[in-house]
Amino acid sequence: MDPEPMSVELRAPAHLVSRRAIAFWTVRALIGWIVIVGIQLVILIASGSTHHRWVNVLILACSVLLGAVHLIVMPRWRYRVHRWEITRTACYSQSGWITQERRIAPLSRIQTVDSERGPLEQLFKLANITVTTASAAGAIKIHGLDSSAADRIVHELTTIAALDGGDAT
Amino acid sequence: MTEQPRTEAQAQSAPVQGADGAPGAQWRRLSPRMLLVHPVRELIRYIPVLAGAFFAGRNSDNGQWWSLIGVALVIGLSVVRWATTRFRITPDQVQLRTGLLRKRTIAAPADRVRSVDVTAHTLHRVLGLAKVSIGTGTYDRKKEGLVLDGLAAPQAAALRAELLHRGQSIRGPALRGPQPTNAVPDGRPINTVPDGQPINAVPEEQELVRQDPAWLRFAPFTLSGLITGLAILGFGWNALQQSHVDAGRLGPVQSASRHLSDTPLWLLVVQLLVGALVVISLLSVAGYLLSYYGFRLTRHTGGTLQVTRGLLTSRATSIEQTRLRGVELSEPLLLRAAGGARLIAVATGLRVGRGAERGGTVLVPPAPRSIVYEVGQRVLDEDGAWSAVADPLRRHGAAALRRRVVRACLPWLLITAALVLLTTTAGLPAWIPLSALALTLAFGWIGLDRYRSLGHLVVGSYLATGAGSLARRRVALEAEGIIGWNIRRTMFQRRLGLATLTATTAAGRQGYPVIDISSVDAVDVIRRATPGLLEEFIRQRQQDR
Repeated sequence: MDPEPMSVELRAPAHLVSRRAIAFWTVRALIGWIVIVGIQLVILIASGSTHHRWVNVLILACSVLLGAVHLIVMPRWRYRVHRWEITRTACYSQSGWITQERRIAPLSRIQTVDSERGPLEQLFKLANITVTTASAAGAIKIHGLDSSAADRIVHELTTIAALDGGDAT
Repeated sequence: MTEQPRTEAQAQSAPVQGADGAPGAQWRRLSPRMLLVHPVRELIRYIPVLAGAFFAGRNSDNGQWWSLIGVALVIGLSVVRWATTRFRITPDQVQLRTGLLRKRTIAAPADRVRSVDVTAHTLHRVLGLAKVSIGTGTYDRKKEGLVLDGLAAPQAAALRAELLHRGQSIRGPALRGPQPTNAVPDGRPINTVPDGQPINAVPEEQELVRQDPAWLRFAPFTLSGLITGLAILGFGWNALQQSHVDAGRLGPVQSASRHLSDTPLWLLVVQLLVGALVVISLLSVAGYLLSYYGFRLTRHTGGTLQVTRGLLTSRATSIEQTRLRGVELSEPLLLRAAGGARLIAVATGLRVGRGAERGGTVLVPPAPRSIVYEVGQRVLDEDGAWSAVADPLRRHGAAALRRRVVRACLPWLLITAALVLLTTTAGLPAWIPLSALALTLAFGWIGLDRYRSLGHLVVGSYLATGAGSLARRRVALEAEGIIGWNIRRTMFQRRLGLATLTATTAAGRQGYPVIDISSVDAVDVIRRATPGLLEEFIRQRQQDR
């Protein structure tokens, strides 16, 4: 149907998220790893000097190594992937790192726009936005936005979405 | 979801709206016959508690008074529940009020009513009652929605007609487009409501499909009996354990075990298999009859589809044609081998339930494939429905094939390799890795079959997508009902230039994936199904690839 369907591709959304998101993702993952390593340390100390001790030490060493790689690679990779764009007609986001996902929804189908700041996000002056549609599978989430930028986006989106009537299904 | 607070707030000021003197605007009560149903049902629910009170009371001096008080309390509560429940239908709202201490008013805008489900359980049927559930497309698992439990059956039917056809009077009856040009001649033109006909007149109906007793042959292929059988087995085993009966000392078990020790192993296995097959088949047939006895799918002049079914619990589900966003053809492996399939509605306000039978969304129970296709095509009314339901899908190419087969066999291949290693080093019997190899090959075939099911098609106003082997599904989704798109790519998919494209919708499963479509085709599908959405995000493809 298209004159040359092979010649076009979907480009990534225009805007990157805040650079502080790298630190945020690092700290968030770090907390998880501290818990994992901490539990292992407790087990190691509690088990005393049995002859299976080296297995515990090996698992601990692997966890520390894996954690370090995760903490170095994941936030930077995410920062390069996470992008967003809102035009007059559509909301478009890209997220993930190993598995990446792009989500597109027309503004006419938007039902609610929520912005949320967790305690950790507040620390880094970040916010995330969830744009929901009538489909349970179609919510668009933008993580790691600068707080003030998030407020601006929410305001814009609600203004545009309010103009549209209908039940958006 | 978000409109809940708003509508509840509106309901608070309802008396002002209700003063318009419309005949439907009076508060109505549920059927007084529910006074018989509620106590019985509540008593059944509280049997453990009451039994506890009974036995606890036996030891004290108060005798059985406690349990009597309990019974009286339960009956009293159910009377209060009946007395405090009222509903009314104003020109623009459906309102339900319940509760004595915690008053709750649920209101839904009448034009958002998407489905009306009339159910009658055994007890209801004895008393000539029916439960009316009004679906508005809001999903809240914690709260019960607009459920009117207990109206006299004719009143329930009238209410359904009233709720579903009032919307038509505003929008007009001409909802459906022209029939597909190659439609099956059904001898009757699409009916339209004559001018001036009252809304609540009994609508003329057109039967699309009726259950044929011959379809019972598909029941054993649905595996529903296997699940029931396992549940009964589990329940029986549990009861046996609880009752502290030594199974080995029961007479039948002893004679059976004597019989078992006399028969050779192979015969025993054959006997067990045949026995299990017979039992499962019988259970499946019974289940099929319970769910689908007297199944009828009809189309009413007001533009609604109605499904009537059930042996003990009779159900009548109505789906507004405008809410029907597509159909799902489901062909599980066994059913497919027997030449059968079933059809499920993809409709807003009707979420696909567990096992799909429970959700009230079945349009055709397991039946011959040709009938399922035909009904699917006749139920959908937009341009291109015919091809979307039945035409071969566009395959996804060699990379998708490789991915399906690798994903299906790889775990088994690894297990086989490990077992081979164990056989050579630790002296594991050779038949173990050999059977693992057989499994690997079987899963390879499944992967191949998955590839054969995989595909997509954009035709007319529909997107068709198919996938799966053990549970093969094909969906024809109206493009109008597509809300947005998710394009998901794993690292492997990116390397192969593939993506999983999900069309999100408010209907049915909420999202329908096109698995392993090439990234280029994905863009093409989006542009054709939802024109204009993507234009700003497209750029010329780089020439180096």
